[in-house]
Amino acid sequence: MKDLTDLALDTATRLGASYADIRIIRTQYESVSAKNEKVSGIGKSEDEGFGVRVIVDGAWGYSSSSRVTKSEIERISAEAVDIARASATLKKTDVVLAPEEPHEDVWRTPIQKDPFKVPLETKIDLLLKINAGMMKVKDIKVASSQMSFMKELQFFANNEGSFIEQEILRSGAGCSATAVGDGDMQIRSFPSSHGGGFMCRGYEMIEEMPLLDNAQQTAEEASALLRAPKCPEKKADLILGGSQLALQIHESVGHPTELDRVLGTEANYAGTSFATTEKLGKLQYGSPVVNIVADSTVPHGLATIGYDDEGVEAQRWHLIENGLFVGYLTSRETAPVVGEKRSRGAMRADGWQRIPLIRMTNISLMPGEWTLDDLIADTKDGIYMDSNKSWSIDQKRLNFQFGTEIAWEIKNGKKTRMLKNAVYQSMTPEFWNSCDAICNQDHFVLWGVANCGKGQPGQTAEMSHGAAPARFRNIQIL
Amino acid sequence: MLSKDEIKNIMDRVMSISTADETSARVSSSRSSLTRFAESHIHQNVSEDNVHLSVNAILGKRMGDASTNKLDDESIKKVVADAIEIAKLVPPDDELLPRLGPQKYREVQSHDPSIDGITSMDRAQSVAEAVSLCEENNLRAAGAFSNGSSCGALGNSKGLFAFHKSSGVNFSMTALGDDSSGWAGKSSHRRAKVDTKSLGAIAVAKAVKSQEPKEIPPGKYTVILEPAAVSVMVFMFGGFNALAVDEGRSFLAGKMGEKVLGDNITLTSDPYHPLHQGRPFDGDGVPTKRVVLMENGVAANLVYDRLTAGKHGVEPTGHGGGGRNAYGAYPSSIVMEGGNATLEEMIASTEKGVLVTRFWYMRVVDPMKVIVTGMTRDGTFWIENGKIAYGIKNFRFNQDVLDMLSKVEMMSESTLAGGMVVPAMKVRDFNFTSGTDAV
Repeated sequence: MKDLTDLALDTATRLGASYADIRIIRTQYESVSAKNEKVSGIGKSEDEGFGVRVIVDGAWGYSSSSRVTKSEIERISAEAVDIARASATLKKTDVVLAPEEPHEDVWRTPIQKDPFKVPLETKIDLLLKINAGMMKVKDIKVASSQMSFMKELQFFANNEGSFIEQEILRSGAGCSATAVGDGDMQIRSFPSSHGGGFMCRGYEMIEEMPLLDNAQQTAEEASALLRAPKCPEKKADLILGGSQLALQIHESVGHPTELDRVLGTEANYAGTSFATTEKLGKLQYGSPVVNIVADSTVPHGLATIGYDDEGVEAQRWHLIENGLFVGYLTSRETAPVVGEKRSRGAMRADGWQRIPLIRMTNISLMPGEWTLDDLIADTKDGIYMDSNKSWSIDQKRLNFQFGTEIAWEIKNGKKTRMLKNAVYQSMTPEFWNSCDAICNQDHFVLWGVANCGKGQPGQTAEMSHGAAPARFRNIQIL
Repeated sequence: MLSKDEIKNIMDRVMSISTADETSARVSSSRSSLTRFAESHIHQNVSEDNVHLSVNAILGKRMGDASTNKLDDESIKKVVADAIEIAKLVPPDDELLPRLGPQKYREVQSHDPSIDGITSMDRAQSVAEAVSLCEENNLRAAGAFSNGSSCGALGNSKGLFAFHKSSGVNFSMTALGDDSSGWAGKSSHRRAKVDTKSLGAIAVAKAVKSQEPKEIPPGKYTVILEPAAVSVMVFMFGGFNALAVDEGRSFLAGKMGEKVLGDNITLTSDPYHPLHQGRPFDGDGVPTKRVVLMENGVAANLVYDRLTAGKHGVEPTGHGGGGRNAYGAYPSSIVMEGGNATLEEMIASTEKGVLVTRFWYMRVVDPMKVIVTGMTRDGTFWIENGKIAYGIKNFRFNQDVLDMLSKVEMMSESTLAGGMVVPAMKVRDFNFTSGTDAV
C-alpha cells in the first residue's frame, strides 16, 4: 500500500504541491431490513477508491477516483494539482496548516464479534420476530425493523511523514411501528428514531439490544398515540429524554461550534453560526450546570477514531464548561484562527470521493446529580418529550423547533397522560441557559446519529451524543 | 466516464456469469466537479470519478442483491456470486414478480457535451466575476459552481436494456453583508441556461436591498414566494404513492377524486418536460409515464410500481424504485402549472405582504395534514403599496401546505427550481410563527 501512497505524494510534490495527502479506502456494507414480516431489503456492497488533497500556490485542490491503480493515482494527483492552481487564482491568503507530528500507526475499532461473519439467517430471523411482535398490536399498518453494518479500512499518508492505517466498524439496528386510524398516523421507534441505535461496536451490540423485548410496547405506544390528546400549546417546564436531547445537542451545540461554519465556508448552504470567535471564552452559552464535551476517544462512539482524516490524533476537550463557551471543533487550517496551536482533529470525509470537512465528533452533555424520578417529582407543570420526529433550525443555529414522537404531561410531580404531536420552539442560548437540572450517570446513554449531512457535494457523517434526561424551564410548547 | 458500449459489455458479462433463474443489473458511471467559494475566495475545489454495479439475482421466489464499484473480472464474478448466495438465504416471497422483457423508451435530450468541457479554470473565472460583483458592493460572496455528467443502465437476463445519459450544471451564490444577505441559484442540463454573472447580480441586489432589516411581528401575511421557495414546499408532498395510500400513511388516503387544493393547482410528474428531460424508465425498467397527480385542485392520480399496480389492476406508471422497493413508487420530475403574472405584477398588486426568496430547513411537522415548518432566508422583504419597501428579519413558519395551495391568488410562468418546474406565487394568510436575528 505504501508504494501507492508514496506515488501520489511524490507526484503531487514534484508537480508543485507544498502539502499533499492521500486516503485509500475500502468499505464493506451489509444491510438487512424487514417490513410487515417480510424481508424488505437485503444486500452486500463493496466500495473502493482514493482521494488526493494538495496545497499548491497556497490553495486547495482535490481529486478522486474509484480505480486504485498506479496510472490512475498519477493522473488524479496531477489533476488535484491543476485544480489547486485554479483555486489559487481566487485566494485571499495562503492556506497555512497548524503543525501535527507525523504518525505511523495502526488503529482499529475494538469489537468482540465481527458482524460480517454472523450468518444472514440469524439477522433475518431476529428482524422478522421483531416485526411479528409489532404486528400483533391493533392499528399497526407498517412494522419495520432493520440492521446495518459498515467496515471501513483506510490508509492515510501525507508528505509530512504520516502513514496511518485505520479500520472503523459501525453497527446499528432498530425498529418502528406505524399506527393508522381515524385519519391520523403515529410512529414509535426503538431505541431511537432515524434508524435506531448505532455504535462503533461489533455484533455484540445487536445481541445486547432489547429489540425483541420492546417491539410490542413500541407498537402499543404508537397505537395509543392515535387516541392521545394533542399536546397543549403553552409555556411549561420541558424535560427532554436522552434520545431527543441527543439531537438537541447535535443541532444547537455541535453544528454552531464547527469552526468552518463560523468562518463562513458553509454560508451559501448549511449556513453560519451565532457562536462567532469574539464570543469564545465570554458567551454564557448555557446555565452553570451545562458541561458539553467533544470526545473522539470515548468507547463505542460513532466518531471514535484513532486519527482524523488529516492525520491528527483523537482528542477530548470542552466546548462548554460550566455554561461558558470555551471551545470549537477545528481543523489544521482553522485552529490558528482562534489562537490554537494544534487542530482538535475534527476533520472527516464521507469516503474517498469527498474532501474532509470539520465534522462533529462525539459531543455529550455531561451527567448531573438527579434521578429521573426526583426530577419529575420536582416538576409542577411540565411536559416530558422523547424520540425526535421533526427538526428545524435557522442558518445561524438560533431559532429551532423540534417535534417528538411521544410526550407525557407532568402535573404536580407526576407523569400523567400521554400526549401526541408535541413540538417545542426556542432560541439556542436562551434554551441552554434555562437548563436547571440534568439526570445522573445511571441515565446517561451514548446515542448515535448516523445521518448527519453537510457540505457540497453532500456528505454524511456519523457521531454519538451522550445525554441523560434534563429539564429546561419555561419553554414554548406548540 | 464509461460509454454505452462499455456498460453493455459489463451487463453482458454479468448475464453470462450468473447461474440464477433471472438476473438483472444496474451499471452507472459519473464524473463530477465542484468549486466552492466563501469569504470571496475558493476554499474547496474537487473532482470525482466513480462507477457502480449492482446485481439482483432471483432463484425461484427468492431474491438477493449485491453491489460494488470495482469492475474487474474477479469483482464482477464476486458480486454475482454474492447476490446468488444472498438469494439462497432469503425466505421466499410469494409476491416476487418475474423480470420484464425488452421495453421501448421515449427519447430524452438531457446530455450537453459542453458541460463536460467546463474546467476548474472556467469555474474559477466565473466565480471570480461573481465575487467581484460582491466586492464592488462591500459584500462577501459564498457559493458553489458544479458540473458533471453521468450515465446509467438497467439490464436483465430477459433482454431488457435501458440506458440514460445526462449532464448538469449548477451555480448558486449568497451575497452577505453585516446585516443582510441575498441568494440566487440555477440548475440546468444545458450549459447556456446558467448565467453565473446574472445570478451573482441578483444575489447582490437582494443583499443590498435588504440592508438594515426591520422586525415585523409574526402573524398571517400575504406572501409572494419565488420559485425556489415554492419548490421546497411542493417537495413536502410525499403522498402520491399508491402503496402509501393503501397503507393509510398518505394525506391522500380516502381523498382520491376529492378537491384538496385550489382550482388553479395542477401538478404532474413529467420527465419529458423540456426543463426536466429526466430518466424515461424506472428501477424495474418500466417506461415512465406522464402522470397528472392533481388536476385543478382535485386529487387525480397516483404513481404505481409493478407490484402495487398489479394489486389494483392498473398499469404501472414507471415510478418504481426497482427490486423490493417496500415503500412504493415515487413521483419524480414534478411540474406545477404556472400562470401569466410576472413577479413584478404580483408585487404591484400587493398592498401589504412579504416577499420570500427562499426557505430553509423545511421539515414536516404533521404528515397527514401536511403541516410544514421552516425558515425564510437570504432576501426577505416587506411589500407595501405595491412596492418592495425594505428588508425584514427572517421568520419561522408553521404552514398547512394544503391550505396554502388553496389560497394561491397569482402565479408566474413555471421555471426549474430545486429540481422541480414551479412558478412564483402569491398566497394569502401564510402563517409566520416566530422570528430570528439570523442573517
